[in-house]
Amino acid sequence: MQTVHDPALLLARFQFAFTVGVHIIFPAFSIGLAAYLAVLEGLWLRTGRPVFLDLYRYWIKVFSIVFGMGVVSGLVMSYEFGTNWSVFSRKAGPITGVLLSYEVMTAFFLEAGFLGVMLFGMNRVGRGLHFAATCCVSVGTLISMTWILSSNSWMQTPRGYTIDPATGRFMPADWLAIIFNPSFPFRLVHMGLAAFLSVAFIVGATGAWHMLKARRRGQVASEPVRVMFSMAMWMAAIVAPIQIMAGDAHGLNTLKYQPAKIAAMEGDWVSEDHAPELLFGIPNMKTEHTDYAVRLPLAGSLILTHSVNGRVPGMKDFPRDQRPPSYVIFFTFRIMVALGMLMVAVGLWSLWLRHRGKLYETPLFHRVALCMAPAGFLALLCGWITTEVGRQPWTVYGLLRTSDSVAPNALSSMAVSMTAFVVVYVLVFGSGIGMLVRLLGHTPHTGEHGTSPDHAPDILAARSHPAVVDPTHGEGA
Amino acid sequence: MMDVSYWLPVIWAVILVAAISIYVILDGFDLGIGMLFALERDRGRRDVMINTIAPVWDGNETWMVLGGAVLYGVFPGAYATLLPAFYMPVVVMLLALIFRGVAFEFRILTRDTPRERLWEGGFMAGSAIAAFCQGVILGGVVQGIRVVDGAFAGGALDWLTPFSILCGVAVMCGYALLGATWLVWRTTGGLEAACRRWAGWLAIGLFMGIVAVRAWTPLLHAPYLRRWTDWPNIALVAPVPVLVVVLGIVLARSLRRGQTRVPFACALGWFGLCLSGLGITVWPYAVPPGLTLWDVSSPPSSQFFQLVGTAIMMPIILTYTIHSYRVFRGKVTQSDGYH
Repeated sequence: MQTVHDPALLLARFQFAFTVGVHIIFPAFSIGLAAYLAVLEGLWLRTGRPVFLDLYRYWIKVFSIVFGMGVVSGLVMSYEFGTNWSVFSRKAGPITGVLLSYEVMTAFFLEAGFLGVMLFGMNRVGRGLHFAATCCVSVGTLISMTWILSSNSWMQTPRGYTIDPATGRFMPADWLAIIFNPSFPFRLVHMGLAAFLSVAFIVGATGAWHMLKARRRGQVASEPVRVMFSMAMWMAAIVAPIQIMAGDAHGLNTLKYQPAKIAAMEGDWVSEDHAPELLFGIPNMKTEHTDYAVRLPLAGSLILTHSVNGRVPGMKDFPRDQRPPSYVIFFTFRIMVALGMLMVAVGLWSLWLRHRGKLYETPLFHRVALCMAPAGFLALLCGWITTEVGRQPWTVYGLLRTSDSVAPNALSSMAVSMTAFVVVYVLVFGSGIGMLVRLLGHTPHTGEHGTSPDHAPDILAARSHPAVVDPTHGEGA
Repeated sequence: MMDVSYWLPVIWAVILVAAISIYVILDGFDLGIGMLFALERDRGRRDVMINTIAPVWDGNETWMVLGGAVLYGVFPGAYATLLPAFYMPVVVMLLALIFRGVAFEFRILTRDTPRERLWEGGFMAGSAIAAFCQGVILGGVVQGIRVVDGAFAGGALDWLTPFSILCGVAVMCGYALLGATWLVWRTTGGLEAACRRWAGWLAIGLFMGIVAVRAWTPLLHAPYLRRWTDWPNIALVAPVPVLVVVLGIVLARSLRRGQTRVPFACALGWFGLCLSGLGITVWPYAVPPGLTLWDVSSPPSSQFFQLVGTAIMMPIILTYTIHSYRVFRGKVTQSDGYH
């Protein structure tokens, strides 16, 4: 339909990438934070220790803001498939649209239905029911992730379809094969762990900040601060190494089903055994060469095939018009891996300090943990760019080209809307992130608000809303 | 097989219209309250207004996500035609809903700072613009879309006509009426009294809007006129205008007599009648005047699989949605007990 360098197509792609890139942060944050809140409330109910309720109250304020931003940025996505990729949605809608509908019905309503109770209902329903609401919201975020990654994975490794010769539409033939397509389990695990890790490093950095602040003032950090820091560092120590293994498994899966993506990620041009790993380089798509390459002998084969003799693909194995832009994903992939290694290192360091009993008394470590605040989200974004740009030039891998998927929008409309999206997103989500940072700057106190756990007030309502829903006028109105 | 491929789209059309109706009603009063912010300057009362919807707005907006997803999965031909056709109003509506959605938290977080006005204004303008765009899109669908080979083939501004603007204003009026009558039900004292006054004026405005849209619609396409005037259709559709008038009278009396729930019920009734009237007008087209439901449907294997999920999930969703409303039922007041 349109050529690859058509400006309207490029704008459609950039607009989609920008809006989904902003969006992806918030659901990932919600997935990790909802699970953390469920753990905190569960621990509070089980142990009765007020510190867990303090932490719950502290983080639920963050959650309400993050979740709200996820909802509004996600609403955009559910219509943008049609506004920007109408040909794709007409052809693949019978499959991807149905998966998205399942996400709405099994996840979004569950989250929305119990969010109100979770945020405002602590003194309207019993403790058990409130905990159930928190768990429902958390499970909802996980179900949501499952469906959307199934849909995304189907675009990467399509299965269980036939193609209608008359219309070119994808017709579902086997729904189980569609949902559990070959890359789905690997992508699900990798993304889920990424969400948990991202939040762990945000929580850890918040704890570290407040410990550094207390130290400057010659005080001892409060119990909630120490508990959140400790919990976050346990997550880093346990989950970061698991994530490396999950990423490795995902890589093997990609090598099997999308070898061109692997070749572009590695900047390899010629298929070879005993392949080196490129630590650095600048892939040049025109000269078919990776300039300034720094090679680590045999490591490429070892990493990708778990054998020094293994054969790794090169981009020259594939026609020029089927190669993903290596000059993007070569770097995003390396940034992601480097951040992953850093996270593992922080986790190991925390174990060592914990063993020595110095976890709360090492300001250098706290400064490092503070700097690592965005590490999880940066790695997540880099990984997402790697897998999505690595899918190019296809929307449905090997079957439907991106240039044949785009909607017939005028370049002028696309330019105007792109500007509007950037202005609004920077203003709204920039302000939102600023407010989050300010909120996290407030130190969590022991027994916040001076209320006993038995009479926990409406968490947000009591703190910030001057007026609250009054149950006494309820009947007969 | 012939039967299945005929009936599945019909069943889905009913479900989709139901989902859109639920969205229009639920988020309608949310957006209406956003617009009524412009009439109420007192911060305490504004807080009460927002607290009547704070626990439920997110669930209400989810019906719109469902509408988009169902269109995408079940009627991809309509999804792929309507969204490019209404590219601008859709994008503007989504951006407006962003401002509306974040304002719930942001206006509290920026309280007593200069930026508070930005988010209060964003809540008002976002609600008003989203309502207007939804009306414009609705009017744009009714007036028809230029389609060639099953895809949108018109210009970027085809949607912009006096008719679609009229529909946009009518929907703004209607949502504001829903919001005002919702507040009559859910609040007390001076705010409730103010809402009764607003509701009266808004009802007059919406009534005029309904009459104007109703008079204009048959002139858009000849089949629309026949739909409402041919025998035996006329016997079936004749009660619709009569019911609109009857409900208007009941609404006016209930507002004067101080009834709390009846005004909201009447406003809902008006919306139900308008939406069913539009359904009668447009049937069986998904994208008037060219594409029918069956032209834009996904294959029966998609529609059936999604129907199974819907049959299981919808009763569950409705149950906990109703439960959530019950938890937060009752009049909302400015309480001093928590300070």
